[in-house]
Amino acid sequence: MIELNAQTIAFAVLSALVLGGALGVVTTRNLVHGALWLVLSLLGVAGYFVLLSAPFLAAVQVLVYIGAIAILIVFAVMLTRSMTSLGEVRNRQWWLSAITVILLFLLLAAGIILPVWGRGAPGEVTTLSATVGGAAELGAALVAGDGFVLPFEVASILLTAAMIGAIVVARDEEDEQA
Amino acid sequence: MIPLWMYLLVAALLFCIGIYGVLARRNAVAILMSVELMLNAVNINLVAFWRYLAPQDMSGQAFAAFVFVIAAAEAAVGLAILLFVYRTKRSVIVEDVNLLRW
Amino acid sequence: MTTCVDIINTLSPCLVRAGWNADVANLLSLLLGVVIVATVPLLTVILLIWIERKFAARIQDRIGPNRVGPYGLLQSLADALKMLTKEDITPSGADRILFNLAPIITFATVVLIWAIIPFTPLHIGADLSIGILYFVAVGSIGAVKVMIGGWSSNNKYALLGAFRTIALIVSYEVPMILALLVPVLMAGSMGMQDLTRAQGGMWFIVMSPLAAIIFFVANLAETGRSPFDLLEAESELIAGYNIEYSGFKFGMFMAGEFMHVFTVAVLTAVLFLGGWWGPFVDQLPALGFIWLGLKTAVVYLFMLLIRNTVPRFRIDQVMNINWKFMVPLSIVLILVQSFLLRLIDALGLRPAPEMANDLLANLPQTLVLLAGNLVLGAIFMHLLQRHGRTLREADEALAVVKGEAAPSGGLAEA
Repeated sequence: MIELNAQTIAFAVLSALVLGGALGVVTTRNLVHGALWLVLSLLGVAGYFVLLSAPFLAAVQVLVYIGAIAILIVFAVMLTRSMTSLGEVRNRQWWLSAITVILLFLLLAAGIILPVWGRGAPGEVTTLSATVGGAAELGAALVAGDGFVLPFEVASILLTAAMIGAIVVARDEEDEQA
Repeated sequence: MIPLWMYLLVAALLFCIGIYGVLARRNAVAILMSVELMLNAVNINLVAFWRYLAPQDMSGQAFAAFVFVIAAAEAAVGLAILLFVYRTKRSVIVEDVNLLRW
Repeated sequence: MTTCVDIINTLSPCLVRAGWNADVANLLSLLLGVVIVATVPLLTVILLIWIERKFAARIQDRIGPNRVGPYGLLQSLADALKMLTKEDITPSGADRILFNLAPIITFATVVLIWAIIPFTPLHIGADLSIGILYFVAVGSIGAVKVMIGGWSSNNKYALLGAFRTIALIVSYEVPMILALLVPVLMAGSMGMQDLTRAQGGMWFIVMSPLAAIIFFVANLAETGRSPFDLLEAESELIAGYNIEYSGFKFGMFMAGEFMHVFTVAVLTAVLFLGGWWGPFVDQLPALGFIWLGLKTAVVYLFMLLIRNTVPRFRIDQVMNINWKFMVPLSIVLILVQSFLLRLIDALGLRPAPEMANDLLANLPQTLVLLAGNLVLGAIFMHLLQRHGRTLREADEALAVVKGEAAPSGGLAEA
């Protein structure tokens, strides 16, 4: 059913990166390591995007998540001295959370696998279409009148608002008098 | 060809790990990182469904791009709030920041 | 039946004809391609260090390396050998894995960029449809490597240096990406081969000199070259984030930096100086490699000239120039450029597709774009001049109040 070729090997390696990195994020005590585990996990997701023939999103994923967000998180770890006040990693209800999450995963897994159980289940995609929209089509769709032009503009306003908000909130009181 | 359900399964697992991090970690920065994991799980789903079910219609990719925007905004504002909280309370352990709790 | 002349493109069919398994032949030719693409920068860097030292020496009225080999050509090899034999120190309390990882990432990120450099019309590592975005994405990993190197050293000076370097890299990424959008606008594609091909009639540096200047200056800052070398000012500080590194790991950081500068020179040549375009390239595509090399050499020597003659900025000046001058300029430039391109289309000045590589056919649109760039540049230079005068007069007024002599020369704050 699943033949062994370059794609499946890549998928296995990337899955290990994604899930291993994610486990590192939620279990590691050292938060700088946590941020680097996050980078590893997100790099795996970028690899998924390449496998799914969305190279534009893969590049943006690396640029936004690794180049910006991961660096931001490391800065936050350093500036809030999260390193020096480690204490307990988990809170008291961690086992409760673990049970809930495992139950949720079982539910999701059942929802994903049951419909395609057995061969030839209805709705299962067996061949991928060869023609795929690329970055040009995405760009056109984002600014097309019947496409996503309104969400696109709202997203830009959101980014502007977030930028102004972040500057205002994070500014030191002393700076305002200067 | 890798079947669609394998992508969905990995995404579901990633999402659940993210939820566990949000629920069980005490440090607010770690919680924010876990939220990023959850957003990425959503993105894997969006792009995988786009590739398998509607590769000509760009909705899946467009939604993933909007998720990037949300994630960037969330990280910037969230971490700025964390810095502010740290300055006033000298702590980023979420259990110490409970002034608004009824 | 084709003969096996061009090794890179025809290796796999040749091997298949010789009775090899197709998969193995493909893998082998791919691996060979990767090795060749990665070796070009690695070998040139040895020569580059020699050129750089000779050049600096001549400017400073010295001779430079002249002991090892003819004209001191083998000096870099001797230095590499020396680095290898030095003791490899890991500071106590350092994060061992990350400490060893940082130099490797430094090297890898630079080599990765070479995958998208079009050497000739036929030879390119990978002609990605998102070539430029790939370059930006790989470049943004640079901040992570600085963070890892600075933090894992367990040295507060290394960490401070890392913070400052990241602040610089992240800031100058903004105008760099915005300037890169201008060639993309003009070529209508993000692929490197498409971008080069679009310059057949006219180089982009003529069509948008402002974008070329912004890209070049922002990259000078990214590579930490003078006048932006305040983070590891070699005449004042010991080093920046890599202060704890010694031996071969330090050598990898240094070689990575040299290679980064060279990579930037190649990219400038590809994006703004027409890449492999040159006489007779249509008849003999391999000639493109030589044209690209010549253009790269010009850009590289220009960077060396700047490095050895321009004084260092202060950190506040560096940030002011970026956020108050280069970012606004690049944003306005994109608006003006896209407006002018629309105007050119409306006026019908754009050359017909079959005339796209003709110099004369490209002249009208080039003149319009060039005029727009010059006017915009003049306006911004005027604003800069006025701002500088205001600052200088404020300084002089302050000096008069304090009863001191007026300070000589205004601050070059943007």
